[in-house]
Amino acid sequence: MARFIVRRLISMAIVMIVISILTFLLFEAIPNGNPAFRLAGRNATAAEIHQIEVKYGFNKPIYVQYVKTMENIFTGKAVSYTQGYNVDSQLWQDLPVTLWLAFGASFLWLGAAVGIGVVGAVRQGKFADRFLNVLAMIGVSMPPYFLGAVLLYYLSYKAGIFPISNYVSLGQNPGEWFLHLFLPWITLAILYVGFYSRVLRSNILDTLNEDYVRTARAKGLSPRRVLVRHVLRNSLIPIISLWGLDFAGIIGGGAILIESLFGLNGVGNLTFQSIGRLDVVVILVVVILTSFAVVFLAAVIDVLYAYLDPRIRLS
Amino acid sequence: MSTSSPRETAGTELTLDLESGALEEGLDLGPGASPWRLAWRRLRRNHTALFFGLVFLLIVVLCLLAPVYSHDIAHRSPDVGNITGTVKVGGKTKDIVSATGIPIGPTWDFSKFFLGADSNGRDTAVRLLYGGRNSLLIGAEATVLTMVIAVVLGLIAGYFRGMIDGVISRCMDILWAIPALLLGITLGTMIAVGGIGPIKGDHLWIPSIVIGVVYIPYVAKPIRGQVLQLRERDFIDAARQQGLSHTRIMFGEILPNLSSTIVVFIPLILANAILLEAGLSYLGVGVQAPAPSWGNMISQGLQFIPAAFSDVLSPGIMLVLAVLSMNLFGDGVRDALDPRSKIRIDH
Repeated sequence: MARFIVRRLISMAIVMIVISILTFLLFEAIPNGNPAFRLAGRNATAAEIHQIEVKYGFNKPIYVQYVKTMENIFTGKAVSYTQGYNVDSQLWQDLPVTLWLAFGASFLWLGAAVGIGVVGAVRQGKFADRFLNVLAMIGVSMPPYFLGAVLLYYLSYKAGIFPISNYVSLGQNPGEWFLHLFLPWITLAILYVGFYSRVLRSNILDTLNEDYVRTARAKGLSPRRVLVRHVLRNSLIPIISLWGLDFAGIIGGGAILIESLFGLNGVGNLTFQSIGRLDVVVILVVVILTSFAVVFLAAVIDVLYAYLDPRIRLS
Repeated sequence: MSTSSPRETAGTELTLDLESGALEEGLDLGPGASPWRLAWRRLRRNHTALFFGLVFLLIVVLCLLAPVYSHDIAHRSPDVGNITGTVKVGGKTKDIVSATGIPIGPTWDFSKFFLGADSNGRDTAVRLLYGGRNSLLIGAEATVLTMVIAVVLGLIAGYFRGMIDGVISRCMDILWAIPALLLGITLGTMIAVGGIGPIKGDHLWIPSIVIGVVYIPYVAKPIRGQVLQLRERDFIDAARQQGLSHTRIMFGEILPNLSSTIVVFIPLILANAILLEAGLSYLGVGVQAPAPSWGNMISQGLQFIPAAFSDVLSPGIMLVLAVLSMNLFGDGVRDALDPRSKIRIDH
C-alpha cells in the first residue's frame, strides 16, 4: 500500500509540474508583448519601462521567470499586472464564497441523486428510466449561466422571492446568506442531479444482484436494512469519487460562469473579471491552482480506491 | 496516472459488440445483414432520437438561411445598429432603443424586429441566425479537428505502445487534468489577443482551434484503449505477415474497425463543442464582437437584466435546443451502435 501511495504521489507531482510549466509557457507566449508596457502606463519613458522590467524580472531568461513566478504564487507574492493587488490574498478572500457555493450545490445534488436513484432502482420501470434520462440530458445540455439567468429573472426580479445581489456572509446573517446562495445552488445542482441519479440507479441495480445481498436477505434482514446498509453503501463508492472531481470542476467551471450573474464575489467572479481585463497573472494562478486541485483529488481518489479494493494496488 | 479511477476504466475497456447484436435481432434481416444495417435499423426505430435529429437539422437549415432572412425579409444587417431609429408597430411609432438605452422587445412581425433589438439597435432575430451560423460552424470545425487529431494520436499510441504511447498518454493526461472550460479560457486568452501565425485574434477559427484541442483527450484515450485490443487480433498478425507497412496496418486495417466508435463520438463532441463555444463566447474569449454567437448574445443581453430579457431568452433557447437535440440524437446513435453504452464524455 505504501509503495502504491508513493508511486501515485510521484506521478501526481510530475503532472503538476508539467501543468505549471505548460500554462506558464502558454501565458508567456501571449504575443501582446512585454507586460512591462502595460504596467508602466501610456506615457512611460524607456527608463521607467526598464525599471519595471528589472523589478518584475521580465528581462531574465524564461526559466528564471518560471521559477520566480512559481515562487511568487506559492509564497503569496503574485501581483496582478493590471490591477496591482496581491493575487493570493485576493484569492483567499474570495475563496470562502466559492467553496460555500460548491459545497452547497454538490451536497444538494448528491442528496437529491441518492433519493431519486434509490426510488428509481426500487421502483424499476420504464418511466423512471426515461425521466432520469431526460433529466440527465437536460443537465449536460444546459449552459449554467442561461439556467441561472432564467431563475434569477423569474424568481428574483419578477417574483421577488430571492435577493438579487449583495452577498451576505454566513457570520453576518445565516438566513440572508442562505437566500443569496439558494438560486446558485439550485442552478448547479440541476446540471448534475440527473447524471448522478442515473449512475447511482444503475450501480444499485448491479449491486442488487450480488451474492452478499442475497445472503443478507436470506438471513432475514429487513428490505430497508439490506438496501441502506448493504446495497447503498457499496453503490455510493463510485459516486463519491465522481463527486470529488466534479467539486473541483465547479471551481474551475460552473463558478466562473455563474458567480458574476448572482453577484457573488468569489474566485469564479474574480476569474471572470480578470478574463475581461486580460489580467494574465490572475488567470494563470487560477488555472494552475484549480488544475492542481483536480490532480490532487484524482490521486486521493485513486489511493482511496486502492485502499478499498486490493486488486488495484497489486496490478 | 495509469491506475484506474472510474473515469479512465470507462473508456479503456471499450469493445463494440456488433456481432452479438446481430445474433439477437438480425435474423429477420437475413444472416448476412451488416452491423451498420442493423444499427441503422435500431436508430430508425428510435423515434425520439430521430425526432431530435430532425430538430437539429431544422436549426442548421434556419441558420444557413440567415442571409436570406437578413436581406429579403428583415432587411437588416446583423452588424449595423440603428440606435436612433424608430419602427412602426401596430400603427404606433416606437423607438428601436429607448432614451434610457432599453431596446425594443419582440414585435412578432417577421419584417421588423421579430424578436426585438439589442442595445445597439440591431435586429435580434437576424443576429440569432447569424450567431447560430457561427456557433454551429465553430462546433463542426472543432469536432472535425478533435476527431482527426484524436484518432491519429490514439492510433499511434495504441499501435506502437512503449515510449511513444507513454509520451502521448501523459500529454493527454495533462490536458485532461485541466477542467475543459479552464483549458478553453487559457488557450482562448492566449490566442485571442495575438492570434496564431497568419490567423488574426478575432478570427472565427480561433475558437474552433481552442475547442478542438480541448476535447482531444476525451476521444484519444478510449480510441487508444480500443487500438490496444485490436492490435492483438489475428487479422493484424496476418497483415503483418503479409509485410504491410505500419501506416497501412493502422489506417487500412485498424481504422475501419474504429469507425463505429468514431461515429458514436461525433454527435457527442459536436454537442459539447457548441456548448463550450457558447461558454467561451459568454466569457469573452470565444467569438469576438461584433461577430454574433449565441454565447456572446446572452452575455450582452444580461447587461440589461431585467429589461429586455427576451435578448437573453432567445439565444439561450436556441442554444439549449441545439445542444439538447444533438445530445439526444447522439444518445440514439450510441444506443444503436454501442448497446452496452460504454462510450461517454466526462465533464
